Amino acid sequence: MNLAVLKTVKMYVGGAFIRSESGATAPFYKKGTKEEIARVCVASRKDFRNAVVAAKAGEKSWSTKTAYNRSQILYRMAEMSQGKQDELVNLLKDTMGMTPAAAFKEVTAAIDTFVYYAGWCDKYQQVIGAVNPVAAPYHNFTGPEHMGVIVHIDSNSFSLAKLVDNICVILVGGNSVVSIVSPECSPVVTTLGEIFETSDLPPSAVNLLSGDYKSILSIISEHMEVKGISFQNEDKAEYYELRSKSVDNMKRIIPNKMGTRQSLDLVLDFVEQKTVWHPIGY
Amino acid sequence: MTKKKVIKKKATKKKVTKKTTHKISKGMIFEYAPAPESTKVEILPKYGNFIGGKFVAPKSGKYMESRNPATGELITKIALSNASDIDSAVKAARKAYTETWSKLSGMDRGKYLFRIARIIQERSRELAILETMDGGKPIKESRDVDLPLVAQHFFYNAGWADKLDYVMPGKKVKSIGVCGQIIPWNFPLMMAAWKIAPALACGNTIVLKPAEQTSLTALRLAEICKEAGLPDGVVNIVTGAGETGAALVEHKDVNKIAFTGSTDIGKHIARTAGKTDKKLTMELGGKSANIIFADAAIDQAVDGVVNGIYFNQGHVCCAGSRLLVEESVKDIVLKKLQKRMKQIRVGNPLDKNTDLGAINSKEQLDKIKSLVKQGKTEGGEFWQAPCSLPTKGYFFAPCYFVDQSGSASISREEVFGPVLSITTFRTPEEAVIKANDTAYGLAAGVWSEKGSKIHKVAAGLRAGVIWANTYNKFDATSPFGGFKESGYGREGGRHGLLPYLEVR
Repeated sequence: MNLAVLKTVKMYVGGAFIRSESGATAPFYKKGTKEEIARVCVASRKDFRNAVVAAKAGEKSWSTKTAYNRSQILYRMAEMSQGKQDELVNLLKDTMGMTPAAAFKEVTAAIDTFVYYAGWCDKYQQVIGAVNPVAAPYHNFTGPEHMGVIVHIDSNSFSLAKLVDNICVILVGGNSVVSIVSPECSPVVTTLGEIFETSDLPPSAVNLLSGDYKSILSIISEHMEVKGISFQNEDKAEYYELRSKSVDNMKRIIPNKMGTRQSLDLVLDFVEQKTVWHPIGY
Repeated sequence: MTKKKVIKKKATKKKVTKKTTHKISKGMIFEYAPAPESTKVEILPKYGNFIGGKFVAPKSGKYMESRNPATGELITKIALSNASDIDSAVKAARKAYTETWSKLSGMDRGKYLFRIARIIQERSRELAILETMDGGKPIKESRDVDLPLVAQHFFYNAGWADKLDYVMPGKKVKSIGVCGQIIPWNFPLMMAAWKIAPALACGNTIVLKPAEQTSLTALRLAEICKEAGLPDGVVNIVTGAGETGAALVEHKDVNKIAFTGSTDIGKHIARTAGKTDKKLTMELGGKSANIIFADAAIDQAVDGVVNGIYFNQGHVCCAGSRLLVEESVKDIVLKKLQKRMKQIRVGNPLDKNTDLGAINSKEQLDKIKSLVKQGKTEGGEFWQAPCSLPTKGYFFAPCYFVDQSGSASISREEVFGPVLSITTFRTPEEAVIKANDTAYGLAAGVWSEKGSKIHKVAAGLRAGVIWANTYNKFDATSPFGGFKESGYGREGGRHGLLPYLEVR
């Protein structure tokens, strides 16, 4: 008898693989079947708050890395995912019922996404920054800076490449991430966490939770340490609710951009622009 | 002739009084004779809204008084508009967007904006006088700061209209549609220019609601748009109070709201507009820190502090309202600051020598007085420049609090008046922590003669504009806007176009 080991897919918070503090888990069935292939953790509101505390620490270490260093770390993510290619392909086949070809294409797209954004880390500042020709003797320049802790909420339509794109655009700008991965893609959380964990990314710069964000939507929108939300869902009512509830600390709410991927303007959504003036003279 | 005589008489009288009150032991002092700007600008008894290229009466038939805050005198009456007026304006803007403006080439849109810029330059004296009469800011500020910037914003953005493909490299951009714009009373025409020029350059049409206290120059700008031959409905100006603004925010056919004003109202707007797809730009309040290190050029820094907080009576969202001084130079900075503050001339805003004009309204004066009164009960020391204030109108002498705790109301709340909070620090790290200890993040100042220190501190400050060895400098090419609760979106520069474009 070859009895399968049903593993519980852990979440990734503060550089550690954890279960929900509540102990809550849910069965995960192979797509379209009733065959339970894993158990996934269901994050509680306390898990979310803990993840924000971790991300706050991650923000400091990640945002102060040099751009070149950030670029290398994102490239390292591509290297680590390449090493886990087979594991990811199998995971997508088993959990999502994808064909081997489709799973392979998806994983390749995800790896390419890491490579794409690795290249932006030390260049986007030059493309979107500016030396402004003010009409007075001052040196004046504008450059992007990180926003802070960004919460990423994923829709239920799963795509590994999209998830990677969504996380990378936040990381490129020097922000830290709390990503609440939809239940449908929860099985990839641990593997993705392992990729981040082994890429020299500072612990806590990326935190991955699994579960239903809808149950804690107001907690997310009202959290004062969260500076922005990447809302990757097409539910308008939910978007409006999130926008109108997030004003206490003037959160930046970035809506789903209709499938736009690998694009500089997505990075721009998660940076602040700082302008510095200094007189020119003897 | 009679008028001149009166002025002469006044001047002599003032000179005599000053001689008796000022005892000068050494050197000379140059007393300033009154130098009032003439007020010969044409002002109609009442103004309607500018909708679809015409001035029209408000549908309710109601008007509000527009008074000169320096004298309390009635200047004119302006329309108190309701949702129905807003609806007409939005319809006019939509019609202009679909039928005219979005079909024009970028070059032609730019040409209209260039024309407007030139007319503003030509009529700048008239506009400056009107701005000062309406809002109470010193004529030398409206003449030398506001108006040149107003013209520059139109001139600068005009040239972008046919170059929008260069705004976001590698991407296509397009206009948004009809933009609702709500602006405050502290820089009335300048705020109108900051909002209108980029919006039009990007191909949008607009409905602007100026602040109820200061609508006159926006209405004059409407005349200028007409004079420039701008197609009807591209710019619509609707005056009114909070209800008028709310109607604009709630209007279903508005694609974007750009707001400059208080954080409280900004949040209210964000909450309302948040329930729709409207795009938002928010330029809100601030409690900006001005940091003086011991190695700063102290005289220049003190002047920068004065310019930082007492410019425009402190009615500046990015005012340097929290002064952080390195402990070792606190005494010398305070001594020099007091000396400098005693020289600030508070009085008639139309006088070309006036440094600090009138507080914009009675409500604002009451708010400042109440916060100062509360501040006095919260510890620290209070000092106010000993100057005589005009008996009529709304005035407040420049003042500061020293050594109040970080939790005191003057340290945290935006006073929007000539009130400074002063505390000390010992290390650059402490300065940065204290400067960032606020919900706001609009601006900050750093004073040091050491370049590396300036860059390190500037990088650590969580604010959208950092003035190093200067303060309160503005330019059409320089993006302006805040971090955190000071809002989002930028105005000015290439970055200032993005909020008015859809990136595809």
